[in-house]
Amino acid sequence: MLNFFILILIYTCIYAFMSLGQNLITGYSGMLSLCAAGFFAIGSYTTAILTTSFGWSFWATLPIAALLSALMGVLIGLPTLRLKGDYLAIATLGFAEIVRNIINNWDALTNGPMGIQRIPMITIFGIKISPYQKYGFLLMEIIMLLICWFLFERLASSRMGRALEAIREDEIAANSMGINVTKYKVVSFALGAAVTGIAGCLQAEFTLSVSPGSYVFMVSIMVLCTVVLGGMGNFVAVILGAFIIQFISYLPQLIGLSNIIPAQAKQIIFGLILVIMMIYRPQGILGRKERNNKKAEKNWLLNKKEAINEHA
Amino acid sequence: MSMLETQALTREFGGVIAVNKVDFFVEKNMITGLIGPNGAGKTTLFNNITGLDTPTSGKVFFEGKEITGTPADRVCRLGIARTFQNIRLFKELSVIDNVMVGRHFHAGNSHNRTIQAILSYLNVEKEEKKTYLDAMKWLEFFGLENLRNEKAKNLPYGYQRELEIARALATEPRLLFLDEPAAGMNPQETEDLMKTIRRIRDIGVTVVLIEHDMKLVMNICDNITVLNYGQKIAQGTAMEIQSNPAVIEAYLGKDEDEEDDEE
Ligand SMILES: Nc1ncnc2c1ncn2[C@@H]1O[C@H](COP(=O)(O)OP(=O)(O)O)[C@@H](O)[C@H]1O
Ligand SMILES: [Mg+2]
Repeated sequence: MLNFFILILIYTCIYAFMSLGQNLITGYSGMLSLCAAGFFAIGSYTTAILTTSFGWSFWATLPIAALLSALMGVLIGLPTLRLKGDYLAIATLGFAEIVRNIINNWDALTNGPMGIQRIPMITIFGIKISPYQKYGFLLMEIIMLLICWFLFERLASSRMGRALEAIREDEIAANSMGINVTKYKVVSFALGAAVTGIAGCLQAEFTLSVSPGSYVFMVSIMVLCTVVLGGMGNFVAVILGAFIIQFISYLPQLIGLSNIIPAQAKQIIFGLILVIMMIYRPQGILGRKERNNKKAEKNWLLNKKEAINEHA
Repeated sequence: MSMLETQALTREFGGVIAVNKVDFFVEKNMITGLIGPNGAGKTTLFNNITGLDTPTSGKVFFEGKEITGTPADRVCRLGIARTFQNIRLFKELSVIDNVMVGRHFHAGNSHNRTIQAILSYLNVEKEEKKTYLDAMKWLEFFGLENLRNEKAKNLPYGYQRELEIARALATEPRLLFLDEPAAGMNPQETEDLMKTIRRIRDIGVTVVLIEHDMKLVMNICDNITVLNYGQKIAQGTAMEIQSNPAVIEAYLGKDEDEEDDEE
């Protein structure tokens, strides 16, 4: 039971990386993208191929996977980011399917439907991080997640984060305020793709094998669900969302009813969650995080006081 | 050469010629009015100058340099800011954040500071403090500083119009385009707006405004251009425009008749 809970946490972390990316793209920039599965696959296969065929260390594959995902993000972003709402969703969905089809059919590189097995385990300073000893793996994930979360939070609180929110609120007005809308959309798409790729690397190292069946459309839906459920534009909320989604999807096994409740039931549950949230709580459980100008405001009040004192 | 000049600027939408070979001039440090009946092409002319729309033909010059077809963000960086006929605030953002967006490109001096934004905590904090101070000056210019933490969408209508102007001014333009700034304002608010526009002129910003309120236009504009069916039919001082037969026919005549009817 406890072991199973740890398993849920491990998958929560993997999904949390993707949620961070989806939140930047959808929660901040307001673009409805549905291709998390595509970047997830690129990350996984980059790690799988480089470690098995070329003997690279996991840590060396990590930046390559992130860069490759980001590059793919830019490549599909440039032509599609001008599209609005539903159209963008369909275009990105198509991209994810293309990625899955390629890994399914490019036998020479990806070993096709069979996938790649016997991926070497991660080592840190000679210590093996075995997925069979779950605590170590979870701890490593949490540390990596904290770093990524911190960086995304910083980005959001900078002027770039504000620019992304301005684009989400009104693209034309943002453009007229001197903001290069295309540039920022592409950058946020690339960063979201990169962190989703990193999630893929961890997935490959946790299961020690990859196959096309793990990178289906359902993954993108689950990631979108984490953001809608937790709260758009709130990084803490989407991590909470990732946990709830993982908890729900493993609930039948957790309470020992997996032979009564079919696995497909979770798809119905996720659909219901999306619908119910959209109707009753569109802002998500925690809601959007408001921009925090407290320090700057204090600084302004202080300056004002000084100015008044000088006059007196 | 005038501060801003369009040469035979034309914009067609399918068969409709919204702006037809218009030569529009804006003189530095003056308040220029752009008037004309609904659908005359005033907003389209603004859009084609400020880069939100691309002219079918013709040229735009700003401070002697051709800027025809320059994208909106670059036009803004060159020193031209604008407001919109239908207010376009960042509704879910706070009042001060709206103005801080206007400071966006002044805050960064190197080309792309994404990496820095991610990595350098101290730099971001320092930059944000400065941006806040700079933005607050413009809220104070309009006396909106006590509303700084309100969401923009919760502001009364008149304040929203002012906030939009504050946001535009925060980009530090030399030329400011206002598209019907008095629309929906009551007479008192319109009176205040007139004073504000003069104050903006006095700090060295050249103003162009589209306006339906004749009293406001005639009162504060040094120079007026009249559009009708996409064509420029007159240009001159308030006095000249008021006595121009073509204008009376196209616009003022009708307008005065309506006012007479109301009385
Ligand atoms: N994007 C567009 N597509 C098609 N027609 C347009 C578009 N924008 C404006 N028009 C047309 O151009 C003409 C001028 O419109 P506009 O510039 O908004 O007038 P004004 O601001 O003077 O009231 C109108 O006939 C309008 O219908
Ligand atoms: Mg108009």
